Amino acid sequence: MEKKTLFDKIWDAHVVRSVPHGPDVFFIDKHFIHEVTSPVAFLNLEKRGVGVLYPERTVATPDHNVPTIDQDKTIKDKLSRMQVERLRENCERHNIELHDLGSAHHGIVHVIGPELGITQPGMTIVCGDSHTSTHGAFGAIAFGIGTSEVEMVFATQCIMQVKAKKMRITVDGELGKGVSSKDIILYIIAKISAAGATGYFVEYAGSAIRALSMEARMTICNMSIEMGARGGLIAPDETTFNYLKGKRYSPKGEEWEKAVAEWRNLQTDEGAVFDKEYQFDAADIEPMITYGTNPGMGIKVKENIPSTDGMEGSNKKSYLKSLDYMGFAPGEPIKGKKVDYVFVGSCTNGRIEDIREVANFVKGKKKADNITAWIVPGSREVEKLAHEEGLVQILEEAGFKLRQPGCSACLAMNDDKIPSGMYAVSTSNRNFEGRQGPGARTLLASPLTVAAVAVTGEISDPREVF
Amino acid sequence: MAYDKFNILKSTVVPLPTENVDTDQIIPARFLKATEREGFGDNLFRDWRYDVEGNPKKDFVLNDPTFSGKILLAGKNFGSGSSREHAVWALYDYGFRCVVSSFFADIFKNNCLNIGVLPVTVSAEFADVLFEAVENDPSTEVEVDIEKQTITLVSTGASESFDINVYKKENMKNGFDDIDYLLNIKDEITEFAVNR
Repeated sequence: MEKKTLFDKIWDAHVVRSVPHGPDVFFIDKHFIHEVTSPVAFLNLEKRGVGVLYPERTVATPDHNVPTIDQDKTIKDKLSRMQVERLRENCERHNIELHDLGSAHHGIVHVIGPELGITQPGMTIVCGDSHTSTHGAFGAIAFGIGTSEVEMVFATQCIMQVKAKKMRITVDGELGKGVSSKDIILYIIAKISAAGATGYFVEYAGSAIRALSMEARMTICNMSIEMGARGGLIAPDETTFNYLKGKRYSPKGEEWEKAVAEWRNLQTDEGAVFDKEYQFDAADIEPMITYGTNPGMGIKVKENIPSTDGMEGSNKKSYLKSLDYMGFAPGEPIKGKKVDYVFVGSCTNGRIEDIREVANFVKGKKKADNITAWIVPGSREVEKLAHEEGLVQILEEAGFKLRQPGCSACLAMNDDKIPSGMYAVSTSNRNFEGRQGPGARTLLASPLTVAAVAVTGEISDPREVF
Repeated sequence: MAYDKFNILKSTVVPLPTENVDTDQIIPARFLKATEREGFGDNLFRDWRYDVEGNPKKDFVLNDPTFSGKILLAGKNFGSGSSREHAVWALYDYGFRCVVSSFFADIFKNNCLNIGVLPVTVSAEFADVLFEAVENDPSTEVEVDIEKQTITLVSTGASESFDINVYKKENMKNGFDDIDYLLNIKDEITEFAVNR
């Protein structure tokens, strides 16, 4: 029998038909939508006079542009308000489940999907957002799509896709103290570059990945897109099943047993061939931080910013342009650089484990005076747990305040913008120019490293801060 | 959303050799608040094109009157990051119908094909030839022929072929989009969905 990868198994089960010399007609099990990439799709649908074919397969939440304070009040920004209102109208008109601002399960789309048990192994999941790859942590094929494709899913529950090539990244061994899954993925991207997995779908494997919690796995799959991959996935196991058991939309009773039995088959066959393989040793991974303007520009906190030795032409020019934007010089140490802002949140690291990690670290310490800190939970559920577990109190005693859920300063569509020229160390996923506000300088790191920076006021290795 | 048919495009070229241009540069997130598709061209490359006061930055290529045209010649790994189709809408709205690069990000490339902007992947060597020709003489024309799948530097005849799958090629030539195709096989899809 043909040896198949996990990706093959899920993909092949969702092909309605293959167009000769063209893409596959690919069936989508679950579709998440938000206020920013859906309105034009709805508009075009109406222009065509077509309805939503399976509204029960789509779930909506406003997350990208929403304010993270005073969510009970009317949104001040007119355009943001219009987008959120349009989402409400469209969901109402097309009978789509909406987790609205202020409701019990409101939050970042990639945080609430797993929380509610909507995300399940073996599924195909899309959303008009490139970090849809997050859901791959459950052994699902999940990836971001454009608005034209959002419209296709509404109209036909399918999109036209050429099957990606397959890559496996194996991380074996044990992570050191103070090293987390964010460091793993920043390390991988630094090794293979921001475009190194373009054209591929990645399976993460190995003992270091197996040992991770679901939330930590989500952080890794989330950033697959940052090395160009369409998505990333991890085979489901007991950790996955334990996470999903009892969730609102998870199967119940006999159905649960049946589902788990099926999910156990979602493994790459021994001997299945990948188009590309990488192997890394967990022991070599240390706290990471980015210094440039794409997520591939990352180093260990203890290292120096790379020199320009061996670079030439447009490569060197682009590198220096990037460092110039950041206000850094080639070859200098990153540790000890002054920081102005820290941001904990986003679909990468806005889950309860992340808030816990930060709270545990800052307990009994104080935020540095030069730091403005924004801690933004990924969802109402995360916010609620942070209160229940006493984390909010710990954070407040250390000088931090928890805001309300949303994408916030990760992409700065709302008012949470880092001022021009300021340095922000963020748990989010992109350090592009202006990503966190025009002129803002972003350094990506793990929640633990961000907590250390918040306390010292400068770039620090969390293992050296007590 | 059907778009104009694409057959042969002969045009001068706007060169942007910067590598790893992400979609946040093409259209920053704060301009994604529209609920319609038109008008994004005004904010194309906003923060590279204008300073904080809104004055044009003289050294950016879109503000340089010597360069114009319907073809954008871009550096390696163009369109990385966010899946926002708005990035392609902005390019289209500004007047670009074709982007040439030695390497495209995946989702961006798909989005281009879905709204009728042709992404042409060339070899790194041919990209260098094009950059040099255009930077030396801004009136240089490039011809992109989708039927023959060729891109040619008109002045010298230097040419290279590019890949595009047959299905997408026919779509581009006829101005069709995927939804037309999918709606035509809706019965097959609903039958498939019964077991999902």
